Amino acid sequence: MRIQIDHATTYAYDRAARFIIQRLRLTPRSSEAQQVRNWSVETDVDARLRRSEDAFGNIVHTLYTEQPTQGLTVRVTGEVITSDTGGVVPPDQETLSPLVFLRDTPLTRPEKLISVFASEFSAHPPLDRMHRLMAAIHGSVAFEVGVTTPTHTAGEVLALGRGVCQDHAHVFIACARQTGVPARYVSGHLLRRDTEDQEAAHAWAEAWIEGLGWVGFDPANGVCPTDRYVRVATGLDYLGAAPVRGASYGGGGESLAVRLSVRDADVQQRQQQA
Amino acid sequence: MAFDEMSGEASAYGTHVRESYRGLARWLAEAPEGLLQARSRQAELFFRRMGITFAVYGDAESSERLIPFDVAPRIIGAAEWAGLEAGLIQRVAAINLFLADIYGPQECLKAGVLPAELVLTNPHYCPEMQGQRPPRGIWVQIAGVDLVRTGEDDFYVLEDNCRTPSGVSYMLENREMMMRLFPDLFADYPVRPVETYADMLLASLRACAPEAAGADPTIVVLTPGPFNSAYYEHSFLADKLGVELVEGRDLFVDDGKVFMRTTEGRQRVDVVYRRIDDDFLDPLTFRPDSALGVPGLMAAYQAGAVTLANAVGTGVADDKAVYTYMPEIIRFFTGEEPILNNVPTWRCREPEALKYTLAHLEELVVKEVGGSGGYGMLVGPAASKSEIETFRRRLIDDPDEFIAQPTLALSTAPTLDRNGELAPRHVDLRPFVLSSPEGVKVAPGGLTRVALKEGSLVVNSSQGGGTKDTWVLDV
Repeated sequence: MRIQIDHATTYAYDRAARFIIQRLRLTPRSSEAQQVRNWSVETDVDARLRRSEDAFGNIVHTLYTEQPTQGLTVRVTGEVITSDTGGVVPPDQETLSPLVFLRDTPLTRPEKLISVFASEFSAHPPLDRMHRLMAAIHGSVAFEVGVTTPTHTAGEVLALGRGVCQDHAHVFIACARQTGVPARYVSGHLLRRDTEDQEAAHAWAEAWIEGLGWVGFDPANGVCPTDRYVRVATGLDYLGAAPVRGASYGGGGESLAVRLSVRDADVQQRQQQA
Repeated sequence: MAFDEMSGEASAYGTHVRESYRGLARWLAEAPEGLLQARSRQAELFFRRMGITFAVYGDAESSERLIPFDVAPRIIGAAEWAGLEAGLIQRVAAINLFLADIYGPQECLKAGVLPAELVLTNPHYCPEMQGQRPPRGIWVQIAGVDLVRTGEDDFYVLEDNCRTPSGVSYMLENREMMMRLFPDLFADYPVRPVETYADMLLASLRACAPEAAGADPTIVVLTPGPFNSAYYEHSFLADKLGVELVEGRDLFVDDGKVFMRTTEGRQRVDVVYRRIDDDFLDPLTFRPDSALGVPGLMAAYQAGAVTLANAVGTGVADDKAVYTYMPEIIRFFTGEEPILNNVPTWRCREPEALKYTLAHLEELVVKEVGGSGGYGMLVGPAASKSEIETFRRRLIDDPDEFIAQPTLALSTAPTLDRNGELAPRHVDLRPFVLSSPEGVKVAPGGLTRVALKEGSLVVNSSQGGGTKDTWVLDV
């Protein structure tokens, strides 16, 4: 598929910030399953953008503003041509061993509830176990915006029974690791059937299955990723793959707004031609 | 019976005196009655007036206190030191090669020198550093290796402190105090100077600066601030080095470079001797709630624009579980036999070792894999039945978290007891080892910690330990 992405993140300040630094993980990397085209990163104020790559293979832009700033919008746009790989991520040059993804993080630590929940599936072989886990999380954690924050741990989310896609991913990752399967967090985009305009980017998880490699699981939707998914960044948890992590100096009253549209470029083209 | 460093045996001090202590014995014999005790009271007064407070490694949990200082020096002869020094240089060189390999090609994991899982799932392994080479390729610029002695030629390494080892201010302050109290004793003794440590450290840090920094790199000491228990040492070191002492908020990162705020505007920083743990260094990469670090520091570090001493992720080399493989690590990276011994260790994650440990709790020392400062540790021979049973349950519940070691008969050194008499007390030694592209160097001395309670083997200041000046002799 040809997926068009337009993603804008706006920070506004009641009192101008003297200086802002942000690390952005907003740019997808090309791979066998997704080709990135005409990608651009733009800001609406004077700022330096330095591109680098982190140990997880993510493209990271570090942004430094050059003048006092009342509002800052970072807008990324581009097109990604995707193919369906049945959820399997084509092998890439990985710096990190899958074993690294057995580590706990504060957000995915193996709390009691996680161990109990995960233990139900331990008897099944890994791939089957992950599918069952995904279905169980999809059934146990209802999708609901506004009940959790980015600091909720996997165990807290499971106890609450409600959350957003990043919470589903954290529960999946914590449970998978608990059963000895390496798992990682993926931030990215999903081409939805119902709407083009979205409130936030998507997130799901990947598990390392011996013989197959990394396999995607989207427990928020209860399916494995298809060609409607665009992978942007991976990490041990949300914090490692967060679209923006930043700090401002001297700014007061910070607020954040996100505008995102993910659309099917071919459909759009057909409509325009018609 | 423990080995006594003055008499060779742990009886009351009498006729037999080992070579390195002969000058001291002579001085003691000639000194008027009560002189040593008077000097000891004087020392306490001086230290109180100077207000030296701080905890050795214990960090957050300890409130500030005056650590007892013992006036009887711990003396190491030139030949003994030569062997120790060679062993320390070999060990720290191997640790630097090990870290470069772990965060690089991982040959030692491929060769099975130690289990990959032990390293890669270790809480101190830092995935963000994978594939990174710190400026000049040095990982552990400053190590504080904890050693104990059990006999004339038997030294064992207890811990390789590779993160932010503390205690060097004691080495320097104790010497200053001793020279003030006993000028006559120094006149007779060929004691090697430790006062040159600041110059050694400065030269070493400069040599580790990024290539682009030029001939006169700017160095700072980064502290968590006055509420940290080692703040005194941080300010002491900055002062001795003649560099700025800064907190996270005094630094910022712009365009991939680190700057310090000064009254004359921004000043570029090339080397950060940081006394802040990895987790708190950069809220944009590690703990987002850290107010102690510098936002974006890792961006500058990964771009090679700044040297952090020590490098990020070095804690994986001083983890207690990794420690048990240190002899194999030394052989693999240097092709030599280890000069210093490792304490034989049972890794409780291995079922056979766990079984042995559970059956011998009364005679073993059991430690938490991630613990430090003498906390969360069982000293079997000194423990009560109920303490042993508590540990037994913890071991069964979570064997991966523990290692066990034989209770070593730590050497003793003459120490003033409560009655003002010299009596043997157990000691350890933390020498400080500096690494740079110019080589590995050991300061001739170190921090000697002494268990002031008779028979006690725990030297930690948080558990009633004190310190001594450590003399390394020239001949």
